[in-house]
Amino acid sequence: MTSIEELKLRVRELENELIKCKQKRCTAMCAEQPADNNQPHQRTRIEKMSAEVVDSNPYSRLMALKRMGIVEDYEKIRTFTVAVVGVGGVGSVTAEMLTRCGIGKLLLFDYDKVELANMNRLFFQPHQAGLSKVEAAEHTLRSINPDVQFEIHNYNITTMSNFAHFMDRISHGALEEGKAVDLVLCCVDNFEARMAINAACNELGQIWMESGVSENAVSGHIQLIIPGETACFACAPPLVVAANIDEKTLKREGVCAASLPTTMGVVAGILVQNVLKYLLKFGTVSHYLGYNAMQDFFPTMAMKANPTCDDPHCKKQQENYKPKDVAKTPEELPAVHEDNDWGIELVSEQTDDELKAASGPVPDLPEGITVAYTIPGGNGASGETVEETEQSLEECVIIIVTQSCHLRLRCIVPCLRVLK
Amino acid sequence: MADDATRKAVSEIPLLKTNSGPRDKELWVQRLREEYLAPIKYVENNKAADNDWFRLESNKEGTRWFGKCWYIHDLLKYEFDIEFDIPVTYPTTAPEVAIPELDGKTAKMYRGGKICLTDHFKPLWARNVPKFGLAHLMALGLGPWLAVEIPDLISKGLITHREQQGS
Repeated sequence: MTSIEELKLRVRELENELIKCKQKRCTAMCAEQPADNNQPHQRTRIEKMSAEVVDSNPYSRLMALKRMGIVEDYEKIRTFTVAVVGVGGVGSVTAEMLTRCGIGKLLLFDYDKVELANMNRLFFQPHQAGLSKVEAAEHTLRSINPDVQFEIHNYNITTMSNFAHFMDRISHGALEEGKAVDLVLCCVDNFEARMAINAACNELGQIWMESGVSENAVSGHIQLIIPGETACFACAPPLVVAANIDEKTLKREGVCAASLPTTMGVVAGILVQNVLKYLLKFGTVSHYLGYNAMQDFFPTMAMKANPTCDDPHCKKQQENYKPKDVAKTPEELPAVHEDNDWGIELVSEQTDDELKAASGPVPDLPEGITVAYTIPGGNGASGETVEETEQSLEECVIIIVTQSCHLRLRCIVPCLRVLK
Repeated sequence: MADDATRKAVSEIPLLKTNSGPRDKELWVQRLREEYLAPIKYVENNKAADNDWFRLESNKEGTRWFGKCWYIHDLLKYEFDIEFDIPVTYPTTAPEVAIPELDGKTAKMYRGGKICLTDHFKPLWARNVPKFGLAHLMALGLGPWLAVEIPDLISKGLITHREQQGS
């Protein structure tokens, strides 16, 4: 099994090598031949970024940032390595922006193929349908800017074998082989992959940025995660930017998720903007920036790591961070019951305290941001083991009436949990 | 599907107690034991209630699971192969159950035939980590999905009964 995988990887490496060689030869030929040849326009590698304002300098407008007093040392961008996980609607545009900015090295991770259904988003082109997203992206990006180094991995990071390799590349895949990448960007479309990135980065102490677009395509967010310092992805249930649409009016028939090139472009834009600010040290980097397209509302906030986070590596990172930490994180925040997003209602007799325990603490969030769901607090072992459990569940059944149930499930799903 | 029968069936599935994922080595073995015990009990209960509807088995490490599920519609039995990987972040995140043969036939599916569990199951799972296991995934994730999607797919003619197909 492993040998086949290794061979596949080798084949991919060789294919990339071939592309690189072709491009080198092409650029060499282009340089030699007069400008009116039929070769595709490929420029040669530029050893040093120049600030010279001439039409032929691809970096002149970027280097002007220094003249304007925005960035102190723009050339430094060539020393950075960024890993982009998920090369879809947000990830591909993110990678393109970084490529055009002249980033040193990009690592691209995605297991998906380009499909015609992706054509409502930016970057990929119809003729690339069928190619793996990372491969197609590398082709395009290399032709845009041959100065950038690329490393692509076509696999699902959430499975055991791939995850180990993913961790290894994050911690060793920088420009200077053996060093950790400077930033990981999460541009995936599912919770599992986000949690996998979160687990890897907590373990490695790797700073990363999360991005997301809601499945109704009208809201999104970005979040900076510094393990131990700011809230990790497991510290609170996923945050969502309320879109102010009545969920009942959403027509979910026939689609699992909607997407818009606009929302994806906006989110990619604010993501890369914050990447540049973080790497080149200008302006302030947002810890959390939401985007509500319905109202053009951009809520921001900062969230500290949760001392009771489920991820043991997050807790460990918090301990490492503590010496520098002055302000103490507030203890358990009071539960908020006004917005009962899940329409939780009680079937059996329960006291307020029991209800509180069932809905769990909700972090103190600014207007416009909510959690996707709450997690019951105090998950104590109450003896409900695999061997001896049958009795305790029946009496405390909570019914969640999901407001956004698109499975035509008669909109009722039982939530069973044992209360102490 | 949240009828009394389902609720009763789920309440009779033993809850798991070891919070451990496949990267944990020894603790994972303990969790794996529980992962087997719970579905065994669930299948026993199902058989007793004349409602046996799935089989599951795993590779040696317990990281990849596969099996069969079946659904009775108009007295005809429809059987499907199921498969899923245990994600590295399990049990914080639920596995994504796939029915590869139905890939492309319904929009309630992600790439590779992974059934859509986002709304009806994921929040439920998140609220019950680590007590829910694979048996709960079957009862509250796959079960309701089949009950909604299979009759719909049959009515649209996208799946036909194997024996009818043969004759």
